[in-house]
Amino acid sequence: MGSRASSLLREEEIEEIKKETGFSHSQITRLYSRFTSLDKGENGTLGREDFQRIPELAINPLGDRIINAFFPEGEDQVNFRGFMRTLAHFRPIEDNEKNKDPTASEPLNSRINKLLFAFQLYDLDRDDKISRDELLQVLRMMVLRMMVGVNISDEQLGSIADRTIQEADQNGDNSISFNEFIKVLEKVDVEQKMSIRFLH
Amino acid sequence: MENSLKQRRGLQVWFSVMIGLIMIPAMFGLSLGVTSVYIQILVKILEWSTLRIQRGHRDRPTLPVPAPLPNGLIQREGGSMEHEMGELRRYRTQSISRGEFALSDSFYFYRKGLESIVDDQVTQRFSSEELVSWNLLTRTNHNFHYISLRLTVIWGLGVIIRYCVLFPLRITLAIIGLSWLVIGTSLVGFLPNRRVKNWLSELVHLMCYRICARGLSATIQYHNKNNKPQKGGICVANHTSPIDIVILANDGCYAMVGQSHSGLMGVIQRSMVRSCPHVWFERSEMRDRHAVTSRLRAHVAAKSNLPILIFPEGTCINNTSVMMFKKGSFEIGGTIYPVAIKYDPRFGDAFWNSAKYNMVSYLLRMMTSWAIVVNVWYLPPMTRQEGEDATKFANRVKSAIAHQGGLLDMAWDGSLKRDKVKEEFKEHQQKMYSSMVVGKKARTSQEPHTESTKR
Repeated sequence: MGSRASSLLREEEIEEIKKETGFSHSQITRLYSRFTSLDKGENGTLGREDFQRIPELAINPLGDRIINAFFPEGEDQVNFRGFMRTLAHFRPIEDNEKNKDPTASEPLNSRINKLLFAFQLYDLDRDDKISRDELLQVLRMMVLRMMVGVNISDEQLGSIADRTIQEADQNGDNSISFNEFIKVLEKVDVEQKMSIRFLH
Repeated sequence: MENSLKQRRGLQVWFSVMIGLIMIPAMFGLSLGVTSVYIQILVKILEWSTLRIQRGHRDRPTLPVPAPLPNGLIQREGGSMEHEMGELRRYRTQSISRGEFALSDSFYFYRKGLESIVDDQVTQRFSSEELVSWNLLTRTNHNFHYISLRLTVIWGLGVIIRYCVLFPLRITLAIIGLSWLVIGTSLVGFLPNRRVKNWLSELVHLMCYRICARGLSATIQYHNKNNKPQKGGICVANHTSPIDIVILANDGCYAMVGQSHSGLMGVIQRSMVRSCPHVWFERSEMRDRHAVTSRLRAHVAAKSNLPILIFPEGTCINNTSVMMFKKGSFEIGGTIYPVAIKYDPRFGDAFWNSAKYNMVSYLLRMMTSWAIVVNVWYLPPMTRQEGEDATKFANRVKSAIAHQGGLLDMAWDGSLKRDKVKEEFKEHQQKMYSSMVVGKKARTSQEPHTESTKR
């Protein structure tokens, strides 16, 4: 009569994940159940098809980018640690964390790291700059170009991209660096908009 | 030697007496009341075990596995796409109606995406419902921990009773029921007279389904019997398992609709057709929607034919929600009699996960559960209104069934169990976003595919 769900997740692992991501004990075990239910192949890792099987994610225009964020450079499978590490970016920021020990590294769900996560979803080639092309790519994914009554041509998207870069670019290199990105979005309530409220 | 022979004979006699006692009242629709006593005892035991488990959790607060959450893992916040984008863009001087793009627009999609990865509404419908508290069956033991010796002993007793006492009884009853169906309907098929034949055929069908229901220890509660489906009508219900047919046919006679199979199922189907018309399609015919609709229409038009039984979801769902009704059944015309079926998950998980279990292993699991306890509600008949198309009508019926059965009304298609979601739904999202970029106010701020209403 043992418990099947957590038999594969050892206490030490839970502690490590807790330290790394800040999720509570019960949240980690619940997310582990979710992980195993998505893992149809039952091999302890998730592949891209496992994510694409979620209908609500499949209809998300940026779904593919989000799925990519889970997979480290060049890999096809993500294990539970990697899964949790990516999810940790969307953990809400708690007040008591602001008073934490300053020598500890920045928690994964800090404002800076949330913005970095969003930045990296734009910056595909990881050169720390969002180029015009990269911005255009994301725009193309979000928009429906052949729409009756409205015409959003590639040129229009191009000029939108140009205007956005112009607004944000401060050092004149025609691309958006991470600092410029932070500056443009400094008034956005990132803590609330890039957080998922977990029920205990 | 003699002793064991006597023992075996004694056992056989005892066995046949039991079967007789169960079968004969069942055939006439009467009940000796044994099952209800059994259910009451079970409820008491389950309540006791729930308390024990809760106490065990309290005594040991560092138990690694928490109880399942009935409302999901996360709280979904935020309103429509337009509202959220507006909030995200507040730092800019332009409003949504003037259009343009903001770097923060993508945040909306990222959060939605991550929310659906953590907890989505659809994939959970294709696996068994998680119980709030363990019901002493090994198969539902996902999150439950060893609590006490007494609980284990009860569980052990339960295993013995279910597998060694109940299971042989149930299998025998099922076999008797099915054989009687085949033999009885074939015999009735020889009769020429119309009225006597119909009456006898209904009797045979009812008896057989009642025996089968006993074979599952099914306790069925029918509500609003005055709305029972009439001849020449179409009965639609939510689909959880093949047992739904047995459940409904215990209280009335229906014309079944389905694919003709070979083997044992084929024998049963062919003999059933001899006594009264059912509608069996060849596999090739099923693809031609017009042929299917016209055959069903012809059946319904003959007012003396039994009501057709259709499950518009097209596949088995886990009885926590009702998924999209395929509009084909609602194009036939005639009166629709909606029926809501809700199983009590404490006594046995009735959901047939066809990806995991085949029919035989599913039936075996059913016969080794505690019991099947079902509530069936007959809803008032509905017809298509002026100017209402089949899809809207289907949704109206679906909402009524969901509301009555306490199930979640979902617009997602049940075929997502196996198929990928259609591209057009992604295009719908893109379309809505495009209106914001261009600067037109979006016509509807509702996103139909994430809309779901709970009672």
